[in-house]
Amino acid sequence: MRILLVIALLLTACPVAAQPVTPQIVDDAIPASLTGRPGDAARGRAIVANRSTGLCLLCHSGPIAEERFQGDIAPSLAGAGSRWSEGQLRLRIVDGSRLNADTIMPAYYRTGGLQRVARAFEGKTILSAAQVEDVVAYLVTLKD
Amino acid sequence: MSARILCLGLVLVFAASYAMAQVGGEKRRSGYQDMGEALQKMQDDDTANPGMLFVQLGGQLWAKPAGAENKSCADCHGAAANSMKGVATRYPAIPHGADRPVDLEGRINLCRTENQKAERLPPENRDLLALEAYVAHQSRGMPIAPPYGPLLDAFRAQGEGIYRRRQGQLNLSCAICHDDNAGKKLAGIAIPEAHPTGYPIYRLEWQTLGSLKRRLRNCLVGIRAEAWPLDAPEYVALELYLMERAKGLPLETPAVRP
Repeated sequence: MRILLVIALLLTACPVAAQPVTPQIVDDAIPASLTGRPGDAARGRAIVANRSTGLCLLCHSGPIAEERFQGDIAPSLAGAGSRWSEGQLRLRIVDGSRLNADTIMPAYYRTGGLQRVARAFEGKTILSAAQVEDVVAYLVTLKD
Repeated sequence: MSARILCLGLVLVFAASYAMAQVGGEKRRSGYQDMGEALQKMQDDDTANPGMLFVQLGGQLWAKPAGAENKSCADCHGAAANSMKGVATRYPAIPHGADRPVDLEGRINLCRTENQKAERLPPENRDLLALEAYVAHQSRGMPIAPPYGPLLDAFRAQGEGIYRRRQGQLNLSCAICHDDNAGKKLAGIAIPEAHPTGYPIYRLEWQTLGSLKRRLRNCLVGIRAEAWPLDAPEYVALELYLMERAKGLPLETPAVRP
């Protein structure tokens, strides 16, 4: 009986490929967490560093010394946490085009308005809500 | 004080080399110019360029009879050094009587099916790449010289449209990287200007020779866009536009790239 309960709990904890929730934008920010919970900065750092999950370092550089091959197309992530508030960072990751229609930064938590998306990614966001929160939690720690 | 002189010297050297690089007003850069010296040497030395093995194979295939007609390329075209000189600088082109352009590999397959009565060779097939490399090699050093015409221009315009349209989950266009951000670093590697000057190319990442279509598909996968089927006209349209962008640049086939 107790085992069943544990399984049930695990199942509900598993991420479901759900429709993205519609985040509430206030001015130039999304003040509230997409999951209702704070993210995990250590997990966020791993996502940012990962070339195929976060993809961040393809274009940005950042204070992640073990990743030697970083981009210089976009501004450095160093100091992002002092330039932007948590909510401002969240909107910039969720959908930067809400602030600058011409931005080349992909919208990490949006499925609409895209053309010819590969079948494997159709209807999916680049990051899950929980992953966005982890990345936000990491970026706010980048004060210098 | 000496540091200031050194600085001044460096500025002068930079200015002079920049001015020299602008001779003839050519600002476009082949990917060749952005790779390391070791790779440039590999491409330049025919005994070290792995693409030359394919050119050699292509030369053998050129003279080998094929298909129900039992004819070789040479039976109709003679020595490629004469008949194929400059041909690759003008592709994609519209074959006589056709209503859409073909690229060089498409043209080779047309010759196979129509004149040799042989089977089409599938994409990225070794013999097809070898023949294409052999034919294109006859134009090495010659400037890219695209043909024009109402039908061709329409396909070229379609290609430019594709080049400029955002697509894929990452919502990027070819132009965003290869026009607007060329030379900047993507994951530590300089983004090339995407001039198709050396196809088919020997890419170290592939460890073999590959076509421009294969390279285009790599980019589509990278931006998480749905790749067109291998026989889709979109690739030829894009190739037409890319050759127009690269007009006048010398052909390098077989090029070596990282």
